[in-house]
Amino acid sequence: MFATKSIADDLAGSPTIKGRSLWADARARFFRNRAAVAGLIVLLAVGTFAIVGPFIAPWNNEDIDWTVLGNVADGGRPSFETGHWFGTDALGRDLFARTVQGTQISLLVGIVGALISVVVGTLYGAIAGYFGGRIDNVMMRIVDILMSIPYMFVLILLLVVFGRSLLMLFVGIGLISWLDMARIARGQTLTLKGKAFIEAARATGVRPFTIILRHIIPNLLGVVIVYATLLVPSMIIYESFISFLGLGVQEPLTSWGALINDGAAEMTNGTLWMLAWPLFFFVITLFGFFFVGDGLRDALDPKDR
Amino acid sequence: MSAPLLEVRDLSVTFKVAQQGAWPWSAPRLLQAVKDASLVLEPGQTLGLVGESGSGKSSLARAIVGTVPASNGQVLWRGEDVVGMGAARHRTHGRHVQMVFQDPLDALNPRMTVGQIVAEPLRTHFPDLSKAEIRTRVGAMMERVGLLPALVNRYPHEFSGGQCQRIGIARALITEPELVVCDEPVSALDVSVQAQVVNLLQDLQRDMGLALLFIAHDLSVVRHISHRIAVMYLGRIVEAADASDLIAKPRHPYTKALIASVPIPSPKAERSRHRPVLKGELPSPIAPPSGCVFRTRCPIAQPSCAEQIPAVERIGADHLVACPFADLAVT
Amino acid sequence: MPLLEITDLTVSFDTPDGVVKAVNGMTLSLDARESLAIVGESGSGKTQLAFAILGLLAKNGRAAGSVRFEGQEILNLPETALNKVRANEIAMIFQDPMTSLNPYLTVGDQMAEVLILHKGVSKRDALDDSAKMLDAVRIPDARARLSMYPHEFSGGMRQRIMAAMALLCRPKLLIADEPTTALDVTVQNQIMELMADIQREFGTALILITHDLAIVAGSCLRTLVMYGGRVMETGPTDALFEAPSHPYTRGLLNAVPRLDIPQDKLLTIPGDPPDLTDLPAGCPFSPRCPVSHEPCATVMPRLESFDSARLRACHASREAVA
Repeated sequence: MFATKSIADDLAGSPTIKGRSLWADARARFFRNRAAVAGLIVLLAVGTFAIVGPFIAPWNNEDIDWTVLGNVADGGRPSFETGHWFGTDALGRDLFARTVQGTQISLLVGIVGALISVVVGTLYGAIAGYFGGRIDNVMMRIVDILMSIPYMFVLILLLVVFGRSLLMLFVGIGLISWLDMARIARGQTLTLKGKAFIEAARATGVRPFTIILRHIIPNLLGVVIVYATLLVPSMIIYESFISFLGLGVQEPLTSWGALINDGAAEMTNGTLWMLAWPLFFFVITLFGFFFVGDGLRDALDPKDR
Repeated sequence: MSAPLLEVRDLSVTFKVAQQGAWPWSAPRLLQAVKDASLVLEPGQTLGLVGESGSGKSSLARAIVGTVPASNGQVLWRGEDVVGMGAARHRTHGRHVQMVFQDPLDALNPRMTVGQIVAEPLRTHFPDLSKAEIRTRVGAMMERVGLLPALVNRYPHEFSGGQCQRIGIARALITEPELVVCDEPVSALDVSVQAQVVNLLQDLQRDMGLALLFIAHDLSVVRHISHRIAVMYLGRIVEAADASDLIAKPRHPYTKALIASVPIPSPKAERSRHRPVLKGELPSPIAPPSGCVFRTRCPIAQPSCAEQIPAVERIGADHLVACPFADLAVT
Repeated sequence: MPLLEITDLTVSFDTPDGVVKAVNGMTLSLDARESLAIVGESGSGKTQLAFAILGLLAKNGRAAGSVRFEGQEILNLPETALNKVRANEIAMIFQDPMTSLNPYLTVGDQMAEVLILHKGVSKRDALDDSAKMLDAVRIPDARARLSMYPHEFSGGMRQRIMAAMALLCRPKLLIADEPTTALDVTVQNQIMELMADIQREFGTALILITHDLAIVAGSCLRTLVMYGGRVMETGPTDALFEAPSHPYTRGLLNAVPRLDIPQDKLLTIPGDPPDLTDLPAGCPFSPRCPVSHEPCATVMPRLESFDSARLRACHASREAVA
């Protein structure tokens, strides 16, 4: 990982015995965990659905099927004959295509949010924890201040002032998602700092930033990855909530939250599939992430059980 | 007279300890880990540093290596003060002084292969070395410490404690330093493995002309490997002498108690050993006793011990002791 | 009838990396008031042996064979029956007292709880008894210390408190697992003196588990040397140190530097401690043994008695070892 990679290259190629890294051990433990593997398969299936979906959908997500409009409860129900596999929404648009699109957006929001938190939060926390003292104090107080701002209010304000756009949503999520991660990374860094191998590197004269990249971050990654897998679903829920409020992504774009919102609005009209399909994907994805997160935690930290 | 390899003059190390329940801005309490320690180390020699936990021996070592800041005093490397060096200059100095740690597994980054670990000091101090050159040197050093060079791509957790300590020693020696500071290098190892590591260190010292600063609480091991021994108690060096001299003719009451406390693996010798039961335990270094720090447990303490910090006196050729009443008999 | 009689005890653990065989056919017996030192390095199975006696094995552990205490089988007893044995008959002291003391309860409360639970005495009597016991383990001002929390004591004091707790119900056997390893030499002496005093005053039998031969020399009358979960040799401490009959014991004694006799170079035992998932079929020490020969790696030598009170398990002759 990172800076250590280059040393690995130096030594590659010699006739040597291959070592079993902690990562390889963790991988083996992960694949022994049935629930985690099931979760992973579900996630892969949902991912495939999001990627392949647009190519196999017989209808475009923006086209309105005029034949069912006005008679959605009856003509818009899921059927193979009409090509509306998941049925249509209240406006006669193909729900399969819409769900594919919603899945793409929701997964994107979740993964971007988690990525920002992993990159920014880990680095920020590792730096604060490693240098300690005044730097740590200032950096963590900034986190405290950001955390004390009612982010939902700010996000709604942002979306109202700058207009509803995917970019604004990412900015909003990016602003808050890394805060918890920074705290976790800092705490872990503080424990790592007491390890003798960090001191060995310092005694040798390795530069502080090299120590952070080479010794601290690879040892943080276990915790960070576990937390990130649990963060993805919370980002998805978060976005869904905003979309449910009607402030999320803008039509014709959609997300699970927006679709569930639409479906819920039509619930009384006998078109339950409008709610059921996005909800189904939403729920299985969250379960998938939770199972994978649990599996990763057990695999990376076997002592904690 | 030319300057010795390492000379420590009146070195003090102070840590700040946050007071419990205090405000974040109130002044922290000070813990005096090392107070006015002085010592000299010549090339190729071993200086043993003994003391119980909390005696400040590890802090003194770390101040010499530079991972803990000294609050006072000088660390002279061939006559040049190391404490005042800039950070960059100090990093280059790191090539000459390396360290071996107590817990062998804890001292190795679990995410790096053994080859990467041993190569790190080399890459830090000789960034221009070619990959092939690094590979050769790492292989040679692994062989030197008794590990198969073919194991470079293995990870620390695949090795036993003794092997991990060998890896730690290989890392310390790869830059061909002149001084290796060993902080309890064998106390976490099994008895049978301990002897292997002690012998390895002695062999390496002879072959490479290393000076060793050997820190341990086990007086038997220290005596075995050291040319000279310094005894620390509560942050102060209370006695220093040549190894055999110190063991045969200890002067300070603490040294005497320490030597007499060491159990001997022979039932006969054990039965005849005079067991001093030294009263109590080490006082808190946050509030050390006034005057002589040992007086609260000292069998020959005098009223004046509470008032004055005993000066280090030279008795005999190279025997230093910080106790004015060292000649009083202990029964 | 011996106080404790262990026959052919095996302890193994199922782990993802295979079956870890910690103890492999241990046999030993201990009389009342006797003191026995069990010496072994990491991976010798000495701690798991103690845990098996007390039924404290981890969930993935299995114990087979027989452990009889005063003639009654106590191995694999149900938890409730074991609790009785553990409190009233056998007590244990651990290396790190802090792990066995609850940091949120005062020492007095923790000690009284033991008595209230097992002896059914009133709280007042329990506290009185606890104070007496603290006094017995040489803790000054015992009464006042009852209301202190474990972290307010130093390491040596905590070990004394552990000893006092272990003795509360007047057990017949005390098992001390590395009681002095975490302590400084000067304090170590105090605790070893205490162990001797306890034995004398309470008439308790003592099993001292340690890796440190030097401590054994001055404390126990009988010594048992373990390696790879097996008995290598056992006998009176004096005779065993004087003339070790097993190459492992000999090697251990040679490997320890001695303060009273300067050595040029330490004699080492080559190699590393045994891998308990992959023990040789024969003697576990054979891969590191200087006198190992033909049958050693494949056939485990039987424990044979000699010199009346001594036992050894080695294919090599006693002359070859000496």
